[in-house]
Amino acid sequence: MIVKLLAASLRANLHYRASFFMQTVAAALITCVEFLGIWALFSRFGSLPGWSLPEVALFYGLINTAFALTDLFSRGFDMFADTLRVGDFDRVLLRPRAAALQIAGQDLRLRPLGRLAQGAVILAWAAAHVAWTPDRAALAALSLAGSFCLFYGLLVFQATIAFWTIDSLEMMNSLTYGGVYAGGYPLDIYPLWFRRTFTFAVPLACVNWYPVLAILGREVPPAAAWLAPLAGPAFLGIALMAWRVGVGRYASTGN
Amino acid sequence: MTPYLAVVSARFRVLLQYRAAAFAGVVTQTFFGFVRLAILLAFFRAASGPQPMTPADLPAYIWLGQAMFQMVPWSLDREVAALVRTGGVSYELLRPVDLYNQWFARALALRTAPVLLRALPMVVLAAAFFGLGPPPSAASGLAFAASVAAALLLSCALTVLLNVTLMWTLSGEGVSQLVLVTVIVFSGLVIPLPFFPDWFQPVVTALPFAGLMDTPLRLYTGNIPATDAVAFLTRQVAWTLALVLAGRALLARGTRRLVIHGG
Repeated sequence: MIVKLLAASLRANLHYRASFFMQTVAAALITCVEFLGIWALFSRFGSLPGWSLPEVALFYGLINTAFALTDLFSRGFDMFADTLRVGDFDRVLLRPRAAALQIAGQDLRLRPLGRLAQGAVILAWAAAHVAWTPDRAALAALSLAGSFCLFYGLLVFQATIAFWTIDSLEMMNSLTYGGVYAGGYPLDIYPLWFRRTFTFAVPLACVNWYPVLAILGREVPPAAAWLAPLAGPAFLGIALMAWRVGVGRYASTGN
Repeated sequence: MTPYLAVVSARFRVLLQYRAAAFAGVVTQTFFGFVRLAILLAFFRAASGPQPMTPADLPAYIWLGQAMFQMVPWSLDREVAALVRTGGVSYELLRPVDLYNQWFARALALRTAPVLLRALPMVVLAAAFFGLGPPPSAASGLAFAASVAAALLLSCALTVLLNVTLMWTLSGEGVSQLVLVTVIVFSGLVIPLPFFPDWFQPVVTALPFAGLMDTPLRLYTGNIPATDAVAFLTRQVAWTLALVLAGRALLARGTRRLVIHGG
């Protein structure tokens, strides 16, 4: 069913072809610029202590690809505050299907394709520098899936908060967009309290840092590399539970 | 002058209402500032040889840049865009005031009010926790203040120029996003401009965008010595004048061929 919903909103989107094209190009450009900044710093300084450019590109490519995928399929949650404000959520609740499922399929935007393309190109370039083994490929897939779930969880949380307040929701951008930005670099450049926050509160380190360390052949306990990405689905699960509590206390804005 | 001052103060009061957005903005900008600073400082740990900026310059450059982020013309005036699209601009033309000046007055409010809401808490936070210090000398401080004023006018001139281009493009969506990218890169908000490759520096300094953010920030840190301030201020003012003249000329042409949508 989710596929049907997504296909419907995709068709709606393609009606505005020129606008869609321009926005995709612009989105790709914005993320390219970000990576050009990284490249400029590398060409000026030679290296980041302990890391080469292809290694940093692996962190960057994996997290950006994952986030673009999340962004592609979670527009309904991202815009949920608006749905709630105008009372459209009533209609969703009236239909005999799970609310979360309907919201997830609500509005498929193709704009993230720009970021996805750019992230995938960087990822492919970084991957060309890695000595691949079946284990490492599996870890990369695990990291992608874990990051996807984690970001999805963050957006579900953002939507859930909207049941209580729709003020200052943009603050969640620090965790989503900010998380992508911060996670695009090896985490050991940040202070300890920052790394702890992104390991235990928002488990970004679990889905990106530990598996990538193992892929790059760094010293890391195998258990950490293989089990840590599961924090992503776990986080999404908790977010969905919070969502259900939110739906339970929903009182319509009325019409 | 009076009608334009009225426009500024009216817009100003409207924009000061967006306090929740400002609060969210402070949190987000603080987070990004923290990460940007950590990344740059990490690169310095591996640096060999002299660099175009010192690590001591970075906190002020990053934090004041984050605090004043809303001052750069990173988007066009949405309400003006709507006026042009819906044909409401015809009412604007009926008013007995100069349209360019009126839009400039709007831009002035648009580029200052959000900064005023965000800058103070961010500067306090950054000074208390993240190493933002005073400028090295009173002269640098003064040069910074003058340069911020010049940057503001430059930003307004660019904003109005963008508004005027709407008369041709109407939607403005594409223009807006391209401008966003250009402004953010070439004003020093992605990485400080001195860190771009040496062969690229002539391009960066020749463009007007450096005057939006990079110039005042480097004057504050003393990376551009206060003794050189006059040359940099002149450049900012010259670009402002050029953009105002270009904006006026384009607006004159635009109003002559303007087709009003709707009836």
